[in-house]
Amino acid sequence: MEWLQQLVNGISLGSIYALIALGYTMVYGIIKLINFAHGDVFMLGAFIGFYAIARWDLGFIPALIISMLLCAIIGVIIERVAYKRLRNATRIAALITAIGVSLLIEYTVIFFRGASPEAYPEVLANKSISILGASISTQSIMILAVTIVLMILLQFIVHKTKIGKAMRAVSHDADAARLMGINVDNTISATFAIGSALAGAAGVIFGIYYTRIDPLMGVLPGLKAFVAAVLGGIGSIPGAMVGGLVLGVVETIVSAIGYSLWRDAAAFVILILILILKPSGIFGKNAREKV
Amino acid sequence: MTEKKTLKRFASVFLASSLIVGALAGCSSSEEEKTSSSGGSSSSDGDSSEVIKIGANLELSGSVASYGSSIGKGAELAVEEINAAGGIDGKQIELVKVDNKSENSEATNAAIKLATQDKVTAMIAPATSGNVIATAQIANQYKIPTVTASGTAPNVTENEDGSINDYVFRTCFIDPFQGIVAANFATELGAKNVAIYADNSSDYAKGLAASFKQQIEANGGKVVAEEAYVAKDVDFKSTLTNLKSKNPEFIFIPGYYEEVGLIVKQARELGIDVPLMGADGWDSPTLVELAGKDALNNTFITNHYSSQDPDKTIQGFVEAFQGKFNEAPNAFHALGYDTVYFIADAIKRAGSTDGEAIQKALAETTDLSLITGTFSVDEKHNPVKSATVLEYVDGNQKFNSKVNP
Repeated sequence: MEWLQQLVNGISLGSIYALIALGYTMVYGIIKLINFAHGDVFMLGAFIGFYAIARWDLGFIPALIISMLLCAIIGVIIERVAYKRLRNATRIAALITAIGVSLLIEYTVIFFRGASPEAYPEVLANKSISILGASISTQSIMILAVTIVLMILLQFIVHKTKIGKAMRAVSHDADAARLMGINVDNTISATFAIGSALAGAAGVIFGIYYTRIDPLMGVLPGLKAFVAAVLGGIGSIPGAMVGGLVLGVVETIVSAIGYSLWRDAAAFVILILILILKPSGIFGKNAREKV
Repeated sequence: MTEKKTLKRFASVFLASSLIVGALAGCSSSEEEKTSSSGGSSSSDGDSSEVIKIGANLELSGSVASYGSSIGKGAELAVEEINAAGGIDGKQIELVKVDNKSENSEATNAAIKLATQDKVTAMIAPATSGNVIATAQIANQYKIPTVTASGTAPNVTENEDGSINDYVFRTCFIDPFQGIVAANFATELGAKNVAIYADNSSDYAKGLAASFKQQIEANGGKVVAEEAYVAKDVDFKSTLTNLKSKNPEFIFIPGYYEEVGLIVKQARELGIDVPLMGADGWDSPTLVELAGKDALNNTFITNHYSSQDPDKTIQGFVEAFQGKFNEAPNAFHALGYDTVYFIADAIKRAGSTDGEAIQKALAETTDLSLITGTFSVDEKHNPVKSATVLEYVDGNQKFNSKVNP
C-alpha cells in the first residue's frame, strides 16, 4: 500500500505548512501585508519548545502552550515595533521592513546561540502502527490530532467570538470598523498574536516530527507556507488549510514518482501557475479593487 | 579554470590580503598562536637554524571549526612528542597556527602569511578540500610542501587537466576509496540488491556514490534504486517509501550527519530495517542525537581510524592523547597527529629544510607506519592505506573490521 503511505507522508507535511500558512493569511487578510518574518516566528517557536522540553523537562502539551504564548507575545511586539508606524506607508515599504525583521530575528538567534543545529528530544513515544501495509507513526497521528484541534479552535475564535467578529470587520473595511467603535489597533494585534501562536505550535510540531532545528529553518517552510496561502486564496482561512495540505501532498507525489530533487521547484511552479491562472486562489473571493 | 581567470583571482586575493595585512600589522601577533614545543626554552631565542617551523593553516573558527581545531590538537601532541625525543636531527619543531575562519579566501591569505612572513618549512593545509585547493597555488609558488590531514576530494592533489599539484600531499585516503570499501562490505554481508540515497548537493557524496555503484556492480550486485536529496532537506519519507517498495537488502547513504541523522530515523520509522551504510561524513555525536540510538543499530560507516582498534600503537596514542587533552581522540585528531609525523619523516629523510628536497622525500614515502594505517604515497600524492569499518551499537561506534585497499 505504497500510495497510502505516501498520502500519510503528504498529510503530515501538509498540516505543518497549513499551520504556518494560517498566520500568513490572517495577517494579509487584515492589513494586506505579507509578513515574511512569519517563518522566523515559526523558528522561534521551535526553539522555545526545544528549551522547554530539554532544559525545563516539560512534556509535549506544556511545551506547546508555552511556545504558543511566547510566540503570540513576540508577534505582537513585532507588529507594534516594526509594522504599526508603517500602516499608512506604501506596501513595498512594509514588505521590505518584514524582510528586515526576518533577517534580524534569524541573526539575533545565531548571535546568541550559534548556527549549529539542535536535535529535538523524543518527548512523544514513537511507535509505528501498521494499517493496510502503511506504517504510520503514533507521532504523526498525535501531530495531526493537534493540528485539527488548533484549526477547529481557530474557526471557533474567528466565527463565534467578539474578537473574531472584530477581526472579520476590520478585514472587510478598517475605516468603517473604526467608525463602528471597534479598536482597530487591538484587533490587528490580536490577529498577529493568534497567527504567531499557530506558527509557534507549528514550530514545536515540526521539531518533534523532523527532529532537527536550526536558526535558518524557518526560511523555506515560511516560503512554502506562503505558497500554500496563495494557493488556497490569500486572506481565506479554510483556503490556507486546504492549500497547505494540497502542497504537502503534491510535494510528496513529486518525490514519490522519482523527482525528489524537483520537490522545492514544484512548490514554486505552483505559485507561478496560480498567479497566472487564478490569482485569487482556490477559495479566494473575487478581487475587489478599492479606489 | 582559464589562465586569465586564475590570474584575476590571484590578483584580487593578493590585493585583499595586502590590505588586510596592512590593517592588522599592529595586532598580528594576537591572530596567531605559537605553540612552541618543549616548554619553550629553546625556541625563544628565535634562531631560525635551530628550529624547524611548520605552519598550520586550519579552520579554528567558522562553520567547520571542529575539524580544524581537532587537527590542531593532534598536531600539537605529535610536535610535543617529537621534540621530547630530540626533535628532527637535533632541531626542535615549532608549530605556527593560523586561523583561516573556514573560508576559502582566508585560507589563501593564511597560506601567504605563513609563506612570506613566518617563512615556514612545511605547512599543514586546511581540513576541508575546498580550502586546501585555495592554498595549493601558494604552496606550489613558494615551493612549500603542504600536507592536508583530511581533504579527501580527488582534485586536491590532482587538477582537472590531470596535472599534479607538486607541493600538495595528504594523509587521508581519497573519497572514491570509501565507496569501494562500502561496496565490498555490502557484498560481504551477502547483499545483492542494493540502493543508493546520496546528497546531490555535495561532490563528496556524489563521488562516493559513483565509486560504490561501480564496485558493487563489479562484485555482481545490482543497484535497484538510486535516489538523491539536497542538503537542508528535512522530509525524506516520500523518497524512502519509494526506496522501500524496491526491497533493497542494503542502502548506501553517502552524506553529512545533519541530513543522514534524519534519513536514518525516518527510514526506521517506515519499517526499513536493512543495514544502512555511510562514510566519514556521518562521524559526529550530533548523528546519534538526531537519529536516536535504536534507529542507528545495524548501520555502518567507513572511517580513517577507530580509537577502539585493539592495535598496540593506536592504544598508545589514545592514552597519550587522553593524558594531554582529557578526551578520546577522533579521526581528525589522529589525522592531525599523523600529518606531523608524515612531514617530520620526510624532513628527516631529506636531510635539509629545502622545500624541493622535502617535496621529493614526501613523494617517495613508502610503508610509513602511522596511527591511521601504514601507507605509501602513490604517483598522485595520495596515500595507499587501509580503511576501518565501524558499526553503531546503541549509539556507540564499535570497531568492526579493517579493510585494505
